[in-house]
Amino acid sequence: MSEALAPESEEGIAAAIAEAASRGEPLAVWGNGSKRAMLRPVQAARVLSARNHRGIVFHAPKELVIRARAGTPLPVIEAALAAEGQHLIAEPPDLTALYGAAEPQTLGGIVAASLSGPRRIAWGATRDHVLGVRVVTGRGEVVRSGGRVLKNVTGLDLCKLFTGSQGTLGVLTEITLKVLPAPETTGTVAVAARDARTGVAALAAALGAPYGVSGAAWLPEEAARRIGLAGAVALARIEDFAAAVAYRTERLRGELARFGAAEVLDEGESRRVWRAVRDAEPLGAAAEEAVWRVSVRPSRGPAVIAALAEAFDAKLFLDWGGGLVWIAGPAGVEAHSAVARAARAAGGFWMLMRGPEPLRAAVAVVPEEPEPLARITRRVKEAFDPQGVLNPGRLYAGL
Amino acid sequence: MIRLPDPKPDVLANRERIVAGLRDLLPANAVIAEPIRLKPYETDGLSAYRQLPLAVVLPEATEQVAAVLRFCHANGVRVVPRGAGTSLSGGALPLADAVVVGLMRMNRILEVDYADRFAVVQPGVTNIGITAAVAPDGFFYAPDPSSQLACMIGGNVGMNSGGAHCLKYGVTANNLLGLKCVTIEGDILEIGGAHVDAAGYDWLGLITGSEGQLGIVTEVTVRILRSPEGARAVLAAFRSNEVAGACVDSIIGSGIIPVALEFMDRPAIHACEAFAHAGYPLDAEAMLIIEVEGSPAEQDALLGRIRAICERHDPISLKVSQSAEESLAIWKGRKGAFGAIGRISPDYLCMDGTIPTSRLPFVLRRIAEMSEAYGLKVANIFHAGDGNLHPLIMFDANDPDSFRRAEAFGADILKLCVEVDGCLTGEHGVGVEKRDLMPAQFTAAEIEQQRRIKTAFDPDWLLNPHKVFPLAA
Repeated sequence: MSEALAPESEEGIAAAIAEAASRGEPLAVWGNGSKRAMLRPVQAARVLSARNHRGIVFHAPKELVIRARAGTPLPVIEAALAAEGQHLIAEPPDLTALYGAAEPQTLGGIVAASLSGPRRIAWGATRDHVLGVRVVTGRGEVVRSGGRVLKNVTGLDLCKLFTGSQGTLGVLTEITLKVLPAPETTGTVAVAARDARTGVAALAAALGAPYGVSGAAWLPEEAARRIGLAGAVALARIEDFAAAVAYRTERLRGELARFGAAEVLDEGESRRVWRAVRDAEPLGAAAEEAVWRVSVRPSRGPAVIAALAEAFDAKLFLDWGGGLVWIAGPAGVEAHSAVARAARAAGGFWMLMRGPEPLRAAVAVVPEEPEPLARITRRVKEAFDPQGVLNPGRLYAGL
Repeated sequence: MIRLPDPKPDVLANRERIVAGLRDLLPANAVIAEPIRLKPYETDGLSAYRQLPLAVVLPEATEQVAAVLRFCHANGVRVVPRGAGTSLSGGALPLADAVVVGLMRMNRILEVDYADRFAVVQPGVTNIGITAAVAPDGFFYAPDPSSQLACMIGGNVGMNSGGAHCLKYGVTANNLLGLKCVTIEGDILEIGGAHVDAAGYDWLGLITGSEGQLGIVTEVTVRILRSPEGARAVLAAFRSNEVAGACVDSIIGSGIIPVALEFMDRPAIHACEAFAHAGYPLDAEAMLIIEVEGSPAEQDALLGRIRAICERHDPISLKVSQSAEESLAIWKGRKGAFGAIGRISPDYLCMDGTIPTSRLPFVLRRIAEMSEAYGLKVANIFHAGDGNLHPLIMFDANDPDSFRRAEAFGADILKLCVEVDGCLTGEHGVGVEKRDLMPAQFTAAEIEQQRRIKTAFDPDWLLNPHKVFPLAA
């Protein structure tokens, strides 16, 4: 990919796509390209980047909304929100370290990849908070969906369709998000849960308690040690006003003590630990290793771990109450097949988050859809990008 | 009046054969074709529009729905899905040449799992039925549309229904994990599951709120949540809409996310008080109901903060409920609002635009001016936290001119919502009611792109073809 197009305006992006479509020339769609080692490699002569189409359009704190152009670096948005005491609800991970990326993630990139962090289990995913989008389709046409209001059911919800579409249907140019006041403080109950089964049982009890737990992870001993915690641990986070956090963490500590020795981590430690969990630091993935995310119903997390233990020496930990398994291991077809098998056996999904190009080209990076759905996927792709110029092959071979 | 597409002459001519074909596919009592028995299906919550369908089928299983749709697809027969028929936008309005697929017999709760916090239910389970099933174990299903006693989860998915508590818990789309959905070609799509994230395109998000344009939902996996320790409400009354609006801003600005934040204007307060005797302040121009959750001590702390904020806005009255019973009394009037309006006016249209909350005073002023101009009374109920405005326009259906004016008034309100950067519908859906207003919000290219998605799922435009999208010329 020798040449990069990085227009400063939506018109420029539209013109680049229209030209590529007229010539039938594929484009690799990027923000800053930080996640280029995710999913399947895209065979394209040119990169179309939204990184120069940047800037916050408006932030209305009292209406709980922010609108920004897709190329805006995520840290810029997080800083603007923090200045008004607000935050991104889905707590998207910062994966620049995982990918060894020099430049920050963009808003468009995080929405196109639909990445959410620990808070997803309680407050919803990135896709739940996208209120509006502007997109240039593969036809070179600008299309809007949603808007700036919190409740909107007018027409088909293209916001959700574009979120997570990995740049294969259109190039996001502007995104409006619902945001919320950042909680006054946070605290975490840490339970010494030796094995995954005990850990997930403790997390289920935490999430089933009336305390609004907003993060629920289990780290095996090795993963815990990497972020400075001693021994395997189940973590349950509370975020709220100070008095509520004090009351709820104490109640929760009492209720979870039956799963192992339980203590309360203070605000500073809590913030540090959850930031690390968010960004997959407990994984300790070596540069040459592949990384996967597996999504299953929470109680099946331990079964995925058990299945993998028989296949290879996996590094891993659980988030989302056990429902998200982060895995690192050998970057080969064999390990990938083991991950896919374990996910399928547990009735869930996998995603190859990082790996060398030959591996990503050779395997199903996400599960193939069964035929009735695959047919609709092809028709919808065709409806947005009839020439097939946007990120061809990134999600599925031949799409 | 809204134009319906012309019936297909070949379908009408083959009525007997189509009904016989449906009878071959379903149990004997699951096909209705006698005009007298079709009558209950001719309309929904938008009762100004009525149309008898060709036939009604009442399947009891996903495979039966698939068989019916495959048959209709093969024979070019239009299909209208229906849950409880509570839609306020005409979402269940039939066509003369259409088969209505009623899902009320698919009313079982198939699975409840507290460890993984989900329930699998059939589309004919009522909204309240889900919460009722899990409440004894301390759980609930969050979206709570006003019609929750009657409306069904299948319809909630179709319309992406909201409710009074979505400021904190989100709307239907935010509380689903999976769907089973049958396409018009008879394919059964399994989407999502009990896990929270899936790969590939977000079919769950696209189908939710698609108003029966893409397929018929036959199974729904919903997220259930642990109920909070308790909840209590505050009732605050103010001298003007502006002051009440400023108070809403101050509450949100303070970092509190109330579980509900409801606004009523003077006509709504009076109508509800006359109906429910809830003790609403009749001298107020605007009133807020603000509800918080948590332990008793947490409720006290939050209500204390909210009281302090309200007091800075010179309230006429401020009542902090001291018990669950007092909270119930505060809610009683609001929950009975539609019935209350029904008592003072023979008919009403319930509108459903959304606006940026900061524009509320301006929008209410404009609505008052329009009310004068059209000579029709209006009461406004507003989900103030999320900007969803429900003007109730009062008219008399026996007076055709009054109905015509009410529809024009409603359309003007919705156009105003779009003008101030809001939208045509927050939670009721486009249906037939707002179909022809779609060009006020979307460009021709945008509508065309949405139509292409519809075509990807339903190439022959047989599913609910008279709704959402303006009819092709």
